[in-house]
Amino acid sequence: MSVTDLAQVAPSATGPALAVQGRSPWQLAWARLRKDKTAIISAVVIVLLVAFAVFAGVIAHLAGHGPNDQFHDTGLTVDGLPVGPGHHGFLLGTDNLGRDILVRVAYGARISLMVGVVSTLLATVAGVVIGLVAGYYRGAIDTALARFMDVVLAFPFLLFAIALVSVFHPSVAISIGVIAFFSWAAIGRIVRGQTLSLREKEFVEAAHSLGCSDLRIMFVDLLPNLVAPVIVLATLLIPTAIVFEATLSFLGLGVAPPTASWGGTISDSLSFYRVAWWFPLFPGIALLITTLAFNLLGDSVRDALDPTAQRALAQ
Amino acid sequence: MFRFIVRRSLFGLLVLWIVSVAVFVLFFITPSNVARTLGGKLATPATIALINHRLGLDRPLIAQYGHFVWRLLHGDLGYSYYNSAPVRQLLFSRLPITASLVFGAAIIWLVGGVAVGVLAARKPRSLADRGSTLFVLTGLSMPTFLLGLLFIYFLFFRLHLAGVDWFPAAGYIPLTQNPASWAQHLILPWLTLALVTAATYSRLTRSSLLEVLGEDYIRTARSKGLSEQAVVYKHGLRSALTPVVTQFGIDVGTLLGGAIVTEQIFGLGGVGQFSVQAVLTQDLPVIIGTVLLAAFFIVVGNLIVDVLYAVLDPRVRL
Repeated sequence: MSVTDLAQVAPSATGPALAVQGRSPWQLAWARLRKDKTAIISAVVIVLLVAFAVFAGVIAHLAGHGPNDQFHDTGLTVDGLPVGPGHHGFLLGTDNLGRDILVRVAYGARISLMVGVVSTLLATVAGVVIGLVAGYYRGAIDTALARFMDVVLAFPFLLFAIALVSVFHPSVAISIGVIAFFSWAAIGRIVRGQTLSLREKEFVEAAHSLGCSDLRIMFVDLLPNLVAPVIVLATLLIPTAIVFEATLSFLGLGVAPPTASWGGTISDSLSFYRVAWWFPLFPGIALLITTLAFNLLGDSVRDALDPTAQRALAQ
Repeated sequence: MFRFIVRRSLFGLLVLWIVSVAVFVLFFITPSNVARTLGGKLATPATIALINHRLGLDRPLIAQYGHFVWRLLHGDLGYSYYNSAPVRQLLFSRLPITASLVFGAAIIWLVGGVAVGVLAARKPRSLADRGSTLFVLTGLSMPTFLLGLLFIYFLFFRLHLAGVDWFPAAGYIPLTQNPASWAQHLILPWLTLALVTAATYSRLTRSSLLEVLGEDYIRTARSKGLSEQAVVYKHGLRSALTPVVTQFGIDVGTLLGGAIVTEQIFGLGGVGQFSVQAVLTQDLPVIIGTVLLAAFFIVVGNLIVDVLYAVLDPRVRL
């Protein structure tokens, strides 16, 4: 007799019998996440940011200023310096070339979010696949792949990244590729460790004796058990990727000017911050809020998926 | 133990070799305009060919690589295209600046980060813990250049307007010239680099110490009647610091190759800023030299840390 039968045999005195349902770990995690206030706030902030980026064109249209339009008459003072927020219809002020900062921050959000998310996606896929293969096959394949990961992790990555970018000339695609290349090894190493311990479990042995192919065991049996830590790693990798992209743009090696990017705008502001505090402030705030939101969300996701784990942020 | 060191050193050499090949392939395979730039606008094709020949750029790639490795083994890092000086001299003259920046910041972030982490671990969920959490979060989310900019704006510009000139925003005074000025010019860069890194260390120390304080031997020490101070600092911290030491070696090694962003924003003419200049002017020998130097420091840092770890924890000596 199942629990549901019992419930129907003995109806409660307060009302009709309710069937008892077990909840899967995913549903439990989702319930925990929904109750977490920081998670909800960060998720809302991220959604707003994405909307801000997606509707950058609309914002530009409403403001009447394109992201690369320079307004030397209304956007610059008589001395050729940027005008402050609120003047002449520039909600957040202008930069040193008379361009609307609000619009440029909105378009910069597109670059940051796109590079951050896509490079994380690529790094995660590469890391998971290579980690799985290394951990599952062990032996020579594992040694070779593990050493490869160690070598990649030993590279002076910022230096090499800027060297790579300089050879191939800055662009969004190069930024994504470079960031993904230096991030996959961290995920790969952890996935490999988890796979090494998981493959000793009985269910893998059972699948093997049933005649399942290696590929099937890896992707149908092992992978679902890895999804939780991988999700946490990926969510926490996004802010690192965003900061990496901002740093590249700051050094002049991210997206090519005049395309708007947060790091590039902050870099341009270095000569003008004394007379134009709004110039570095707004892209800076945008960058900070984005990274904070993703970091908080990542920590909350980790808490939701495994509440017993050591928490960096005490609730 | 000796075999462990030898094995790790060999692996380090392998990494350095792979980096050298990667760097070489990257730069010598793509056609470069060096000869044309050096020759100037009015250079004839004959002049350009001559420059190419002098620089050895018209020989087969394998020959160039062989020549490159041969010189490397003799400690010769090449000759800069644009600075008219050997790369080695250019890099080594800038190394003290980077070293001053990194070691000064390292002391601050190690002491600060560990102190905050210990405080947070001793009283979980207290105000101190929540404060440290905020600190960790800000440090993790703040890019170095943003923090540097904030410091420059508030501690330099604003104070300057108020007539206080304690924290210069740029420049480097050598230690041998004037120790007080040396430190004064480095305060803001030290703080910038240290605060961002300290956040990671505080989180690492906190989680590591919390884990260690839950162990049985700590309970034994407490029940033996030892003071809380002795338990936490003498017994707990010793084991809790191993991952911190590991991370420290890696971080110092990585940064010695050039704390690029910090040097750029504070105008410190260290290895990092020099490498960015070289990249922007496509000065290949310098770029190769800096990448190899950085890789060297990372490998050495990793090696020292691995050996230290093996010394501290005999189970690691595989």
